[in-house]
Amino acid sequence: MAAISQGIEATTALFLANSNKFLFSSCGSSLSEKKRNFFVVKSDGKSYSGLNQQQRRAQKVVTNAIATKKDKAPSSTASKPGHELLLFEALREGLEEEMDRDPCVCVMGEDVGHYGGSYKVTKGLAEKYGDLRVLDTPIAENSFTGMGIGAAMSGLRPIVEGMNMGFLLLAFNQISNNCGMLHYTSGGQFKIPIVIRGPGGVGRQLGAEHSQRLESYFQSIPGIQMVACSTAYNAKGLMKAAIRSENPVILFEHVLLYNLKERIPDEEYVLNLEEAEMVRPGEHVTILTYSRMRYHVMQAAKTLVNKGYDPEVIDIRSLKPFDLYTIGNSVKKTHRVLIVEECMRTGGIGASLTAAITENFHDYLDAPIVCLSSQDVPTPYSGTLEEWTVVQPAQIVAAVEQLCQLLR
Amino acid sequence: MALSTHRTTTTLLRYLTPTISSLRHVSTDCSSSTITVETSVPFTGHNIDPPSRSVDTTPQELMSFFRDMALMRRKEIAADSLYKAKLIRGFCHLYDGQEAVAVGMEAAINRKDCIITAYRDHCIFLGRGGTLLESFAELMGRKDGCSKGKGGSMHFYKKEGGFYGGHGIVGAQIPLGCGLAFAQKYKNDENVTFTLYGDGAANQGQLFEALNMSALWDLPAILVCENNHYGMGTAEWRAAKNPAYYKRGDYVPGLKVDGMDALAVKQACRFAKEHALKNGPIILEMDTYRYHGHSMSDPGSTYRTRDEISGVRQERDPIERVRKLLLSHDIASEKELKDIEKELRKEVDEAIAKAKECPLPEPSELFTNIYVKGSGAESFGADRKEVRAVLP
Repeated sequence: MAAISQGIEATTALFLANSNKFLFSSCGSSLSEKKRNFFVVKSDGKSYSGLNQQQRRAQKVVTNAIATKKDKAPSSTASKPGHELLLFEALREGLEEEMDRDPCVCVMGEDVGHYGGSYKVTKGLAEKYGDLRVLDTPIAENSFTGMGIGAAMSGLRPIVEGMNMGFLLLAFNQISNNCGMLHYTSGGQFKIPIVIRGPGGVGRQLGAEHSQRLESYFQSIPGIQMVACSTAYNAKGLMKAAIRSENPVILFEHVLLYNLKERIPDEEYVLNLEEAEMVRPGEHVTILTYSRMRYHVMQAAKTLVNKGYDPEVIDIRSLKPFDLYTIGNSVKKTHRVLIVEECMRTGGIGASLTAAITENFHDYLDAPIVCLSSQDVPTPYSGTLEEWTVVQPAQIVAAVEQLCQLLR
Repeated sequence: MALSTHRTTTTLLRYLTPTISSLRHVSTDCSSSTITVETSVPFTGHNIDPPSRSVDTTPQELMSFFRDMALMRRKEIAADSLYKAKLIRGFCHLYDGQEAVAVGMEAAINRKDCIITAYRDHCIFLGRGGTLLESFAELMGRKDGCSKGKGGSMHFYKKEGGFYGGHGIVGAQIPLGCGLAFAQKYKNDENVTFTLYGDGAANQGQLFEALNMSALWDLPAILVCENNHYGMGTAEWRAAKNPAYYKRGDYVPGLKVDGMDALAVKQACRFAKEHALKNGPIILEMDTYRYHGHSMSDPGSTYRTRDEISGVRQERDPIERVRKLLLSHDIASEKELKDIEKELRKEVDEAIAKAKECPLPEPSELFTNIYVKGSGAESFGADRKEVRAVLP
């Protein structure tokens, strides 16, 4: 009890201190004041202030696209080496920066406060911001997700953490009916600037119920956006973009990627939520992937390069809506598509992406789209079986070889 | 089945005798304009001392009660005819009989306090400042409706009035209501949230999860169970082991209120608001009744007798109670009240005529309001080259 009231005092103190900067009734609209302080980095390295959507459409395909390496970072950060951290720390940094910037941002979830988060993403935040802003909830996914949505309706910007994406199935009604649809059914009166995030995917022998790949279940909900992060750099950028977005965003993290170390820029950056990332430009085949499979693809790419192939690897990042612009440009260049994903085969992200590409770029395809997804099975516990559930680099190499056999 | 009828009839007609006696306890002070009225029955509390039975009111307030309730009643009956004329489609859940809850609640709070309810939301929308035109236009799916025709009967919202809907899934609005209360606590703005749900929803797990969280964090949430004794077609005693919904909060205090008495509702809501701001959540159980069936597709007479319905209508009707008060205190004459009703009828008819003229939404509206503009999410065709809809 005392802790929560302390939280309120802390929050009130923050409001009073910033009362001339933040108008509480317009919690999210301090954006315009803050535009000068951040820049949006596109995946091709161009940066511009504020959110200017028109510029995106005018971009042509860039053959030497930028990978997320320090030496190819945008010019304004060339002088600064950045700092090295792990992916979960990058998420925390993004979260902390947003919580500093806007007092309406709050976190709620199981064990996020005093425990610091089951994957340490919110470690230290409860001490800094108080118990009300980093709220430890009881184990009641349905109602605390609903609570987050209700709070979002009236002006807060909550981040709901599911300890595992599989647990969000319990909150599916709230996510689908209330989160996704309220903006529409209220005729635009209410916006739901909520972020629902959590780890998912197949881990190391965690068992079937804790290794679910649920992107497919959420993808048909109208009104939400889905993004999947895969590196520390895009994790921080996407987290910040998701928090600043006025729409509900589901941010899919992966259990096995939390300890990836990477060097990220020191200054503030926000990535574009709807954009795909060009990981490795190439000429022969377009490989579309996201989340952990990116690393399996890159591993396979090494083998492929040795064998003489030149794959173009795109991390689609935005699962809903698809960045068909970047993807389309790539398809027009290479004429072959391989989708590698960890999602379920039936009705998964790959299946929708296949349909979208076929519908729009059919004329540019020289071969049918090959989609490698994980098997339609509950993830087994045994190590070898679990390995066979997800796509392995050897399978990727074989698929590319088969796709490109016309070239040989 | 005889057993069921007997039990429900006695429960509902329990309030008969006190109604008559309440008129005798009235004291009118002619010099000031305050009238003190006793509620039909005393409040019953669970883990709390109930407020007093005597409610202060003024002639203006009673007149406004009468006016608002008569308007709501007329509106619901008009919606009934529109539904039968197939101008309203889908589901239409009518609130007539329960008007006292909406009107009494409004009298005790301000527009900064939030109300969130389930699908029986037409009258609460009106109470929160919604206009007749907006509601009829929305029911008929026109562009000028409160949700631009995209919501329908179950999705009325009014942001400026602090009305958060309008929700179709039973019980899903309860956690949302706690979220609203959480935001109020976070912002420290001394307002409360009234989360309304029905006796059917009282058996949802979400309610207990939300109660636990509200009590844990002392959220200013008031959970109001509008107990009209029937969860769709199932009587409350057939669905709930313990139909004393105000006691179900266990550690959360509760109050049982006669929901057909607008003054009792007002007293209870005022009391609850004070309590919630200091001590956290409280449950209010409003003992009320709906004359129509659960929705327009339900005749309402297969699970209850017509005698029961007409019995309640005769003895406990909220509008009649206020009418008797007005007449006995000489605030208005019989003729004046009838004139008001006629005027309201005309108002409703005019609103319907105007709503019928309203245009249907444009096809491009299909893609608007899915995402909020400014985040870069526009409704493109899949290849991003052809813009299917540009957000307003």
